Amino acid sequence: MVNPSRRQFLQILGLGGASLLAGKSATASEIHQINNDTVGMLYDAVKCVGCKACMSACKRVNMEHGGLSYDKAKFDKEGMWDAQTDLNGNTRTIIKLYKESQQRWSYVKHSCMHCQKPSCVSACPVSAMTRDKVTGIVDYDKSVCIGCRFCQVACAFNIPRFQWDRANPQIVKCDLCKHTHLTKTGTTACADVCPTGAILFAKRMDLLTEAKSRIASSPDKYQKHVYGEKEAGGLNHLYLAAVPFEKIGLPVLSDKADANFSETIQHTIYKGFIAPVALYGTLCFIALRNKKKFYKQKEASGKGCVSCEQKGDK
Amino acid sequence: MAHSEYKRHKGRIITPSFLILLLLSLTGLALIALRFYKGLGAVSNMSDGYPWGIWIAYDVATGTAIACGGYAMAIYIYICNNMHYHHMIRSAVLTSMFGYCLAGFSVMVDLGRPWNAYNFFVPSQWQINSAMFEVALCVMAYSTVLIIEMLPSMLFILERDHWSSSNRILNLLQKVLSRQRKDSISKYARMIRPKLDKVLIFFVVLGITLPTMHQSSLGSLMLLSSSKLHPLWYTGFLPLLFLINCVFIGFSIMVLESIISCYAFKRPYETKELSVISGVIPWLTLIWFGVILGDLAWRDQLDLIFNSGKNSFFFLLQNGLVATGSYMLFFERNRKSLRRLFLSAMALVAGGALYRFNVYLIGFDPGAGWSYFPSLAEFMVTVGLISIEILGYQLMVKTFPILPRLHHDGHPDDEIRSVI
Repeated sequence: MVNPSRRQFLQILGLGGASLLAGKSATASEIHQINNDTVGMLYDAVKCVGCKACMSACKRVNMEHGGLSYDKAKFDKEGMWDAQTDLNGNTRTIIKLYKESQQRWSYVKHSCMHCQKPSCVSACPVSAMTRDKVTGIVDYDKSVCIGCRFCQVACAFNIPRFQWDRANPQIVKCDLCKHTHLTKTGTTACADVCPTGAILFAKRMDLLTEAKSRIASSPDKYQKHVYGEKEAGGLNHLYLAAVPFEKIGLPVLSDKADANFSETIQHTIYKGFIAPVALYGTLCFIALRNKKKFYKQKEASGKGCVSCEQKGDK
Repeated sequence: MAHSEYKRHKGRIITPSFLILLLLSLTGLALIALRFYKGLGAVSNMSDGYPWGIWIAYDVATGTAIACGGYAMAIYIYICNNMHYHHMIRSAVLTSMFGYCLAGFSVMVDLGRPWNAYNFFVPSQWQINSAMFEVALCVMAYSTVLIIEMLPSMLFILERDHWSSSNRILNLLQKVLSRQRKDSISKYARMIRPKLDKVLIFFVVLGITLPTMHQSSLGSLMLLSSSKLHPLWYTGFLPLLFLINCVFIGFSIMVLESIISCYAFKRPYETKELSVISGVIPWLTLIWFGVILGDLAWRDQLDLIFNSGKNSFFFLLQNGLVATGSYMLFFERNRKSLRRLFLSAMALVAGGALYRFNVYLIGFDPGAGWSYFPSLAEFMVTVGLISIEILGYQLMVKTFPILPRLHHDGHPDDEIRSVI
């Protein structure tokens, strides 16, 4: 009894394993292409003077639509300053200072990278995170969000933030002022107020050209790399900096988007829902046959449990 | 199903352990109320770097694996043709039912905006690329299937003319309901049960298909975090590893559950059955280790096993526990010893559960500056939910025929007698 059943058992496992293996070797059905006609931003850490005008403009403009409020500092009883220390449930963008020595330091601005193949969109079970095919803007809709925070787990940049201190919380992240400043002025609030041209809003194509010409015109000032050109399948928020990017909190990533990899596996297993249905059908067949065989055997041997036989299983 | 295989456990409902569990459950529920009043941050230590804490890592990712006893037993009994172990299925399904329902409840506590959860039923909102979507739908469906699988045992009692004289709950119900209403419930129970019995096998098989789907998807969830999950655990084989993992945990938990419930309810041990069932486990873990090590070797990252500091420690601990447990079970001599069965099953469950913790929390590193350790309140919520689960199990087996009947009437499988 033991050996055949064990073999059958392994067969079933092997079946599952084979389908997964197929998933690993199969190529992505829809190969992801970078679309340079979408819009994005370029942040130039070399030009940034750290005035934080972008931060205050962002909060002023998006306060109501984004469900933001001001962060009070501990010493500030009257709430005179907005004193956030990181991206958080009230903050879509932040300027930070990286300081290595008195001579070597850099500002850095963090906000949503608007990936070409965003993990958060792939993660969201109810389509609360969406990427606009035309503009490339990754937007969040709190009216459908269930608050599972899978987008936070999935984001390589830790961009989506959650309002941990509220009973009615939401995810907070940059949407390129899609519902606010962009509709009125055609640009984002942060790019609009930046006094030094450190933040530019434009089509990705033009941003790339601009970034590369800045590197070319003063090669000693810049790292010879536009962060986001290829990282994680391409980002629409590009970076230029004087210091290595990982030092200012931008992780070293491969050119492949995680979302492509995981979706290939999911799609292979669940294509047309055939595999689950086939599995169910096969298992039903086996189970019914086993059940029949069992009760037949019992009847034949004639010494089965009395009540089992009486009720049987028809 | 042959209902005569099962019987109600006769025993008092209110015992000291019942009262302690009740206290813990109420503490948990009070903290949950606080969480809904003041937000998740007031109760938990979760942060934007660690958006998932123990409520997901334990209650959902690990809890559902521990609740895979019903899944593993159903595969073993119905698919691998071991129908003579049929009498063990109900108690397995009952723990699975509690495990899954509580995972579902836990998710509702963990969700930031649970009032929007109805969007899972709005087709225009479906996001089929999301492993989370798959997990959510499958877990909901499976919980329903488990409840349906439990129904016959309840109907079996409810269809009687007199429900019970010795059980407080049934007595109370009988007193509260009018005679007429009680009779109509019994009438419906009599009507539904034979029909349900006939189609039950299709639900049982659905109960095998659904966990196969969502247990592997629990692994797929982490495929999106290649830069955060340590390479010792991040692999395209995560779904397969999670699937095998839940099956061997399922068998091990069956062993533990059987031994513990026999001990607690003073019933004869099912050593013979357990020694056969546990014989499957070493083969499963062998495949599991094959995939883990083969994958690391193929990626040329075997050196990580010893060079990854804290992660190495937990990787080795996880594998050490699983390997020890399954090595013991390779030998029939050990499988026939109740004590060694218990110890090896403990090691397997601990190691298998640690694997899931490693993937969801310990090996998860969102970057510099983030750290997570559950708060006391967060921990007490989980303890409270586990208490509810055990309370429910006690209540159910004392109210409905779920545990295997002890045969004294010359049943063919009756080697139990020798143990008595």
